[in-house]
Amino acid sequence: MKGFGKYAIWAYSIMAFVFLLIPIAYTVAFSFNDSRRTNIIWNGFTLDNWFTVCEAQGVCEAFGNSLLIGLAATVLATTLGTMIAIALVRYRFKFRNATTLLIFLPMATPEVVLGAGLAAQFLQAGVPKGIGTVILAHTLFCLSFVVVTVRSRVVSLNPALEEAGRDLYASPVQVFWRITFPMLLPGIVAAALLSFALSFDDFIITNFNRGADVTFPSYIYTAAARGIPAEANVIASAVFFLAIALVLIAQISAGIRRRRLASV
Amino acid sequence: MAFTAFAGGASAPAVEPAARRRSPIALFLLLPGIFYLVLFFVTPLISLVITSLQEPDPLIFGQYVNAFNWQNYVSVMEQYWSHALRSAGYAALATLFALLIGFPLAYFIGITLRPYPLVQSLALVLVIAPFFISFLLRTLAWKQIFSVEGPVAGILSSLGALPPGATITGTTFSVIFGLTYNFIPFMVLPIYATLVSLDLRLLEASNDLYGSPATTFRTVTLPLSAAGVMSGTLLTFIPAAGDYINASREFLGATDTAMIGNVIEANFLVLQNFPAAAALSLILMAFILVLVAAYVKRSGTEDLL
Repeated sequence: MKGFGKYAIWAYSIMAFVFLLIPIAYTVAFSFNDSRRTNIIWNGFTLDNWFTVCEAQGVCEAFGNSLLIGLAATVLATTLGTMIAIALVRYRFKFRNATTLLIFLPMATPEVVLGAGLAAQFLQAGVPKGIGTVILAHTLFCLSFVVVTVRSRVVSLNPALEEAGRDLYASPVQVFWRITFPMLLPGIVAAALLSFALSFDDFIITNFNRGADVTFPSYIYTAAARGIPAEANVIASAVFFLAIALVLIAQISAGIRRRRLASV
Repeated sequence: MAFTAFAGGASAPAVEPAARRRSPIALFLLLPGIFYLVLFFVTPLISLVITSLQEPDPLIFGQYVNAFNWQNYVSVMEQYWSHALRSAGYAALATLFALLIGFPLAYFIGITLRPYPLVQSLALVLVIAPFFISFLLRTLAWKQIFSVEGPVAGILSSLGALPPGATITGTTFSVIFGLTYNFIPFMVLPIYATLVSLDLRLLEASNDLYGSPATTFRTVTLPLSAAGVMSGTLLTFIPAAGDYINASREFLGATDTAMIGNVIEANFLVLQNFPAAAALSLILMAFILVLVAAYVKRSGTEDLL
């Protein structure tokens, strides 16, 4: 593509990026708003909200619940998903197509169906809804994404390295922990981060299964009716900057590693 | 494979795979996760089927007993067919707009930016950046931008384009706008994943053979990115069809923009009419499964993950 087309696609894409980023900029900007009760109209710049985050009622408790749920679901989903991913790439087994479909379908199911299904099951089984049921639900929808992410890493793993380990009399356990696991680690970390992000931001499935417990998104949903306190914007912005920093560090270090490998 | 590219799927280069072995280890690795999926994905679907066929308890008000009351399906469709149609229509339009915005963006990142790898990876971070800030807050940000006091309404009404008393939020426009915005990354990432590995020499060859840019796009670029477009379409359509945030009154919608997700939520969590909510969920699920089946038929199960 040359001439006019080239400028057109640059202009169009920059406009699309601006469009994607407007609500983010808006959310971050309003974390600095000198708001009294509701945070709808700009009242002037202040840093106060950042220092008094927990003063808005319930916001830090909700944030804490979301962290707890995110961590628990991430550990469970990453463990179970990594195991499945290794089995899918490395082993032959019966019902392969059925297994693949079973892993794929939760990703293709609308959240409202997953949420209502789990809630119906907990209702029938008489399980009280709360943080525990939310963790179980989040583990479910993170699991498939972990399998996909780790699987792509297992596929790119050179089996000759593990063979070399076996040739040098390493036990299967040693081969796994000394060779396979370290090589899979970037994929596992990526999967864990994805799980945490999915869990932390989930509202729909959570809302069906949380009972009376409040997560950060469900806090925002309830507060939306009477106005979101600026403290919620502070927490969301802080999480955003932290996540972006992590992603950038990962990207840059991967870039450096690639360049170093290329120069050898 | 392109379906799940947004999870980082298609990035790593594949090496010659090791021959797959049979081993009891496979069972040890698979069983816990499979058991989890059966317990928390398959059984909930069965629970939904059972719930959807229940009828009200004749003795205790608000309780339901197991039955085979298939009329639930008929009555929810009679009552909510307009919500179901609206969901399909809104989701289809949002998917179309996401494609119109997302395809050029994916092309830009995957092909135009290819000579600049650092800029390319930064651009990719910008596409996923919305995922790192609360979905609900982003949607509320649009609500405030479009509100009566907001900048857009001010400009439009000073131009006379917005009649006095009219609002931008709570309309079909704002709901479709919100759906489009929220699911664009799901469209961009799979298309990007197919375009980033497209061999640029094919585009040069077409150019050398006097193919116009339009011909090259239609006969080379588009067919080679069709898998990504299909995945992106499904990935955008599915969450959009089931969404109830954008269409809810507290966000970008109004009572007359309610989608099937809003009805399921209201029946389950507010009205506690569990059979109706379950029947509607299963109707939505069946509709999505038809789409997925068409997709699987085209690309096979091995390429799903």
